Amino acid sequence: MDRAGMSLEIPVEGNNFSAAGEAASRVKKTLLRLGIDSQLVRRVAIATYEAEMNMVIHSDGGKIILQVDEEEIKVQAVDQGRGISDLELAMKEGYSTAPDEVREMGFGAGMGLPNIKKCADRLEIKSVVNEGTTVVMGFKYQP
Amino acid sequence: MNLKDVQRLLQAEVLTGEELLDRIEIEMVCGSDLISDVLAFTKEKTLLLTGLTNPQIIRTAEMIELSGIVFVRGKKPGDDVIKLAEEHHFPLLLTKFPLYETCGILYSAGLKGCSELDTVGRG
Ligand SMILES: Nc1ncnc2c1ncn2[C@@H]1O[C@H](COP(=O)(O)OP(=O)(O)OP(=O)(O)O)[C@@H](O)[C@H]1O
Ligand SMILES: [Mg+2]
Repeated sequence: MDRAGMSLEIPVEGNNFSAAGEAASRVKKTLLRLGIDSQLVRRVAIATYEAEMNMVIHSDGGKIILQVDEEEIKVQAVDQGRGISDLELAMKEGYSTAPDEVREMGFGAGMGLPNIKKCADRLEIKSVVNEGTTVVMGFKYQP
Repeated sequence: MNLKDVQRLLQAEVLTGEELLDRIEIEMVCGSDLISDVLAFTKEKTLLLTGLTNPQIIRTAEMIELSGIVFVRGKKPGDDVIKLAEEHHFPLLLTKFPLYETCGILYSAGLKGCSELDTVGRG
């Protein structure tokens, strides 16, 4: 299979809950179409969905970039939102600043970033307060 | 046990996917009102019991390939949610029992939780 060079960019709207999840769904479908192992696709889909929901809930939106190459599957969630001031705290299970109306929808457990860490083989978060957040997730073909 | 049996046990109303019920085998069940928990701890082909009725629960189901959803304590989702599930050929049931009792009924009928059938498991 020739995986080299495949890449896809999907816009994500902030605060739009009816479209939320569409980017992750497209990433999932694209990877399945490329014939990538379904357990691996599942990990990518869960992590991408968590990152997308974070953009919808905590930022003003941005984009999801999928890159499939020889070494790994790379998903980046890039936003121009308010950023994360204390990354170590944000990574803690149970830490959440989600507002009540979002919690009522079932989000705000403070488990998204820890979930991403569990699913991805490589995780890098760059965030600047009031400028934005970039979450880079790498997934290896052989776990 | 298939979804039809689940429906009988829970005296559930079928919101969509009637024709799928006897074709879908259920082995595992998960009960939760937190989307991140469902994403983190649920295996594929699991039946979800939940009080969440917004469209995101259908997206979540699609993402991790759940077998179906039972809405508990008589909380019926909006038509938009039912329509979204219909489009994905995804069955939805509605039971009057609260979450704890729904879990109890299915557990005593022999259905296991996700942690008990841990096969692959990461992290
Ligand atoms: N893209 C982002 N922009 C700004 N803040 C973010 C972003 N992503 C995460 N955060 C901050 O980090 C916290 C923890 O994120 P995490 O995804 O773990 O939990 P959550 O989104 O609050 O709840 P859950 O993911 O369980 O629904 C968030 O509450 C928020 O304060
Ligand atoms: Mg989150």
